[in-house]
Amino acid sequence: MNALLVQIQGAVSQGILWGIMVLGIYITFKILDIADLTVDGSFALGGCVCALLVVEKGCNPLLASFIALLAGALAGLVTGLLHTVFDIPAILAGILTQLGLWSINLRVMGKSNTPFLKVDTLMTTLSDATGLSNSWSALLVGIVVAVIMILLLYWFFGTELGCAMRATGNNEDMIRALGCNTKITKIIALALSNGLVGFSGSLVAQQQKYADIGMGTGAIVIGLAAIVIGDVLMGRARSFWAKLISAVLGSIVYFVIRALVLRLGLDANDMKLFSAIFVALALCIPVAVSKWRLNKAYSEDGGRA
Amino acid sequence: MLQISNVYKTFNKGTINEKKALNGINLTLNDGDFVTIIGGNGAGKSTMLNMIAGVYPIDAGKITIEDIVATKDGNENSVEVNISRMPEHARAKYLGRVFQDPMKGTAAGMEIQENLALAYRRGASRGLKWGISKEEKEFYRDKLKILGLGLEERMTSKVGLLSGGQRQALTLLMATLKKPRLLMLDEHTAALDPKTAKTVLDLTEKIIEENHLTALMVTHNMKDAIRLGNRLIMMHEGRIIYDVSGEEKKNLKVSDLLAKFEEASGGEFANDRMMLA
Repeated sequence: MNALLVQIQGAVSQGILWGIMVLGIYITFKILDIADLTVDGSFALGGCVCALLVVEKGCNPLLASFIALLAGALAGLVTGLLHTVFDIPAILAGILTQLGLWSINLRVMGKSNTPFLKVDTLMTTLSDATGLSNSWSALLVGIVVAVIMILLLYWFFGTELGCAMRATGNNEDMIRALGCNTKITKIIALALSNGLVGFSGSLVAQQQKYADIGMGTGAIVIGLAAIVIGDVLMGRARSFWAKLISAVLGSIVYFVIRALVLRLGLDANDMKLFSAIFVALALCIPVAVSKWRLNKAYSEDGGRA
Repeated sequence: MLQISNVYKTFNKGTINEKKALNGINLTLNDGDFVTIIGGNGAGKSTMLNMIAGVYPIDAGKITIEDIVATKDGNENSVEVNISRMPEHARAKYLGRVFQDPMKGTAAGMEIQENLALAYRRGASRGLKWGISKEEKEFYRDKLKILGLGLEERMTSKVGLLSGGQRQALTLLMATLKKPRLLMLDEHTAALDPKTAKTVLDLTEKIIEENHLTALMVTHNMKDAIRLGNRLIMMHEGRIIYDVSGEEKKNLKVSDLLAKFEEASGGEFANDRMMLA
């Protein structure tokens, strides 16, 4: 296989693993209509918890990933409590948790970077068992996890509780008038979302073979970029299935584009600027277009002349 | 059935915008009462409904509602529940609500049948059971037929695609899908055009009568207030200044109400909306 294909394959598996995080962001950003900045912290938390357990404690990587999921959910719970019980705006509540998590992550790992040397990860376990190469097994792990998570989310948002959660994002006053405690639905949604983010962080750490204190920086922007790309790719599809799949697909496309522009010679350090501009444009263009249309629609004689 | 005693509510206390919204309200509703509420702007009509619903906490006083509970031996027992300090979502179990703004009562991004399923679970705990069952859909279809708007053919349409009148009719159905102890209508036809308003009002009358509901309806239309229901109350400056029912109410005329209002408020009655209605 030539180098380009190898690179793209790596980007695809990276995209799927990050896609689990995008599913989490989809819950808060699209369903709850909240931009939750906890994500940057809980993604790194997932990686750090996984590193501690797998590298230092010799824990089973699958178990470690689930504990990373719980740790992420706990971070989401903190943001949820700050937001609902104490009425702190969601963005600020997320920033506070994210900031606090930076110190916690350092405490968890004891240092700023932990390599996964000579330890079993989900990917190496799979490639040992099947004889697949590391990159193929990373891809396979990603696909399996993504499919399971999409199935679970599809089921959950069809349940009574999940419907109430969707209604909370849609019309909070109404669902409260129908007897639902919207504080609880918001807290659960934030915990669920950050649980997925933490899980994704642990998978990414295992795939890249190190956990780093800074690995979550800008994760929220990557997530939003992926959601925007997914919207563009599958915006016409209305079913909830399609929307969940589009989140993961958007993530894959984001990482493939990223791999390509890096290959074209873009400095990796400029990637964050690139992502920020991309998301900013994606948010600005629809507004600018509608303003432009509104302006253009005006004529003094109402178009009769 | 519902008892409001000495309820006070002041907004923005201690500031220049201080507003005594409820000034020692007392009201007792009997089972099956259909009460129309009129009064000028800022009289406290909506505030009273919001206090019953628990949108804001009250400053003082007590609100109790009678609940019917099944006893172990299969009988029904009536229990007086103090809801004065209960959170809004916990009171929802007893109350069906329709708001003035048609956008407020439904979730625009969800399907008609999903909205109905959310409403059907009012007051019940929401767990991990499937959010809407097949039998339910048939039940909703029958209920939607009652509205006569053809919505039963559009059950999987998003509510955001409906007109204001359709949404308000749907909200009314949602509020009564699970029989509430008390139905509260807060000027629910005020934002609709006259024809649609009449449709929704006729529907309201029909649903209340068929289900023997106890209801509170705020309106700006004095003719409607006289025509509908068995009891009428007039509010002014956070108090109930007139409470009439039975034969006396049936024989009321708009001019009587205006006279009553001028008497109570010292002649400063000048609400165009009420005069014209």
